[in-house]
Amino acid sequence: MARNILVVAEVRNGQLRPVSFECIAAGRAIAEGGSVTAVLLSQADVDGSELIARGADRVVLVKGEHLKEYTPDGWLSALQQVYLAEKADVVLMGHTGIGRDLLPRFAMRNAAGMISDAIAVKLEGGQVVFTRPIYAGKAYVTQIVTEGLIVATIRPNNVAALEADAGRSGDVVQSEAAPVDLRTVVKEVVRQAATGVDLTAAKIVVAGGRGVKSAEGFKPLYELAEVLGAAVGASRAAADAGFCDYALQIGQTGKTVTPDLYIACGISGAIQHLAGMSASKVIVAINKDPEAPIFKVADYGIVGDLFEVVPLLTREFKALLG
Amino acid sequence: MEILVLLKQTFDTEAKVTVKDGRVVDDDVTLVINPYDEYAVEEALKIREAHGGTVTVISVGGDRVDEALRRALAMGADEAVAITPPENADEFVVANLLAAWAKGKSFDLLLAGNVSVDTGAGQTALRVAELLGMPHVAAALKLEVAGGTATVHRDAEGDTEVVTVSLPALITAQQGLNEPRYPSVPGIMKAKRKQIARLTAADLGVDVAPKTAITSVYQATQNRRNRMLGG
Ligand SMILES: Cc1cc2nc3c(=O)[nH]c(=O)nc-3n(C[C@H](O)[C@H](O)[C@H](O)COP(=O)(O)OP(=O)(O)OC[C@H]3O[C@@H](n4cnc5c(N)ncnc54)[C@H](O)[C@@H]3O)c2cc1C
Ligand SMILES: Cc1cc2nc3c(=O)[nH]c(=O)nc-3n(C[C@H](O)[C@H](O)[C@H](O)COP(=O)(O)OP(=O)(O)OC[C@H]3O[C@@H](n4cnc5c(N)ncnc54)[C@H](O)[C@@H]3O)c2cc1C
Repeated sequence: MARNILVVAEVRNGQLRPVSFECIAAGRAIAEGGSVTAVLLSQADVDGSELIARGADRVVLVKGEHLKEYTPDGWLSALQQVYLAEKADVVLMGHTGIGRDLLPRFAMRNAAGMISDAIAVKLEGGQVVFTRPIYAGKAYVTQIVTEGLIVATIRPNNVAALEADAGRSGDVVQSEAAPVDLRTVVKEVVRQAATGVDLTAAKIVVAGGRGVKSAEGFKPLYELAEVLGAAVGASRAAADAGFCDYALQIGQTGKTVTPDLYIACGISGAIQHLAGMSASKVIVAINKDPEAPIFKVADYGIVGDLFEVVPLLTREFKALLG
Repeated sequence: MEILVLLKQTFDTEAKVTVKDGRVVDDDVTLVINPYDEYAVEEALKIREAHGGTVTVISVGGDRVDEALRRALAMGADEAVAITPPENADEFVVANLLAAWAKGKSFDLLLAGNVSVDTGAGQTALRVAELLGMPHVAAALKLEVAGGTATVHRDAEGDTEVVTVSLPALITAQQGLNEPRYPSVPGIMKAKRKQIARLTAADLGVDVAPKTAITSVYQATQNRRNRMLGG
């Protein structure tokens, strides 16, 4: 059965987000001859060609003054308009801050089933089957939407994006979003002085725990992150102690991350912390206690003082990466 | 302020997850109020303390949710409602049940958790807002209500957005919003005497089929190198 796929693409800091390309790849894998359309809501400076190169057949650029900033009312109304015009069978978006805010309401508006935070999508006997973690990754389910529109968010870093192919061609069309009353108003956005790398989508995460001892103690971690192009994360104990913002917290009551490389510094490895990072591809742990449980889940363990080991790693990587 | 808190009972975060016969075993597991929903209960109580009104807690689940509801009552909630879910109730069904109960009851504020720590879809509360035609603000780190408007500091992927929303609205709690209180002994005694209303889908006139199905459940396997490097 041919399926028409609609991917809600996202821009962050002026760049298309990699997870949007991953959603296009997921869409291609289940389209069975249908088309993949990427939609961008009011991203004035993106021309859409990169989405075509990454596997979309068409791009719809939706303009509207009220779409510049994300609001549930503005974006939902615009998405609904495009969805009805495109007659999509499947709507996909990254499991990002916006994706998890927008798609549940979109699914409900259309009385549709939704799969959240999928880490894999495949066809099985003509059916679209999603895999998603439950109990913060202690178990997994495979899940299907039994009838009608399929809505899903895809976790960043899990589905491989297609290589960019500049030879691909496709239409880029513009559309205008109808105005809508906004019941929520964004007054201010306070940007965190982090590395600028989005934690949940980062390929490398350098995380600090209580062992980091103070806000000042995070400095060497930021320096390592800078060299590696990594995001900085934290354990709850570090956030509770005020060493860093809760936004950095990784774990069962924090963010879930699946980077290629996770470097845990001064983190003991409590079960609630592991829940948020144990699906990372490679885990390195630095801890002065050789009995720390984090070593049981680590690929590489370094027993030592993080204030010696981390700056050493920073120097080594700096030399290595040139 | 009439406040409704959507509360889910979840596995204790320490709980070991075992899959048997295609199901997650929950017989011997300690169940708790979903940690995010505990923030929601606390925030509701704080708002009531400042502005007056009532706090009602509602949960969709089997008999065991009474424990979670009773804890919320012991913390200080005024009323509790339990709804028995039909078989295989997914987020679509659960949201329909919650919205059917809340409809027409003129709550000023609905509070919920950002996500549940077990099945973690993060859909249910936002679906309820949609069904009730209410605006929502998710992942609140700070909440102030005054004169029919809520001002919310919300977590937007690490950045903090300051958002205003007109009430009635649904707001979900992010970690950092507050520090939930422990139930006091008088609170526990009082909660024991309170009735928990229990309703079924039929009582609410809800007859919807789930939109999703789980086709398999399996346990995570670990494959780590466990190599120690010289310190
Ligand atoms: C309901 C609930 C939810 C929770 N959710 C989360 C969550 O989402 N995320 C989370 O992380 N936690 C969560 N927790 C808390 C969790 O149980 C642990 O308390 C927490 O993860 C511990 O953080 P930590 O490893 O940084 O601190 P600790 O356990 O105190 O470990 C500090 C480690 O640093 C090491 N160390 C100290 N100094 C140095 C040094 N100089 N060099 C190297 N190593 C050093 C020590 O050996 C120790 O192993 C939750 C708990 C509960 C009850
Ligand atoms: C196919 C399928 C079949 C299922 N079958 C069953 C079943 O037979 N029996 C069963 O009990 N569960 C069943 N579930 C699980 C149930 O649907 C979910 O637990 C529920 O929909 C909530 O979703 P969530 O846990 O992802 O919560 P989230 O959407 O992550 O929760 C977000 C917030 O919504 C509110 N909320 C969520 N759930 C409830 C609730 N139950 N009551 C009040 N407020 C709530 C809370 O404030 C919570 O913090 C099934 C799920 C699926 C997908």
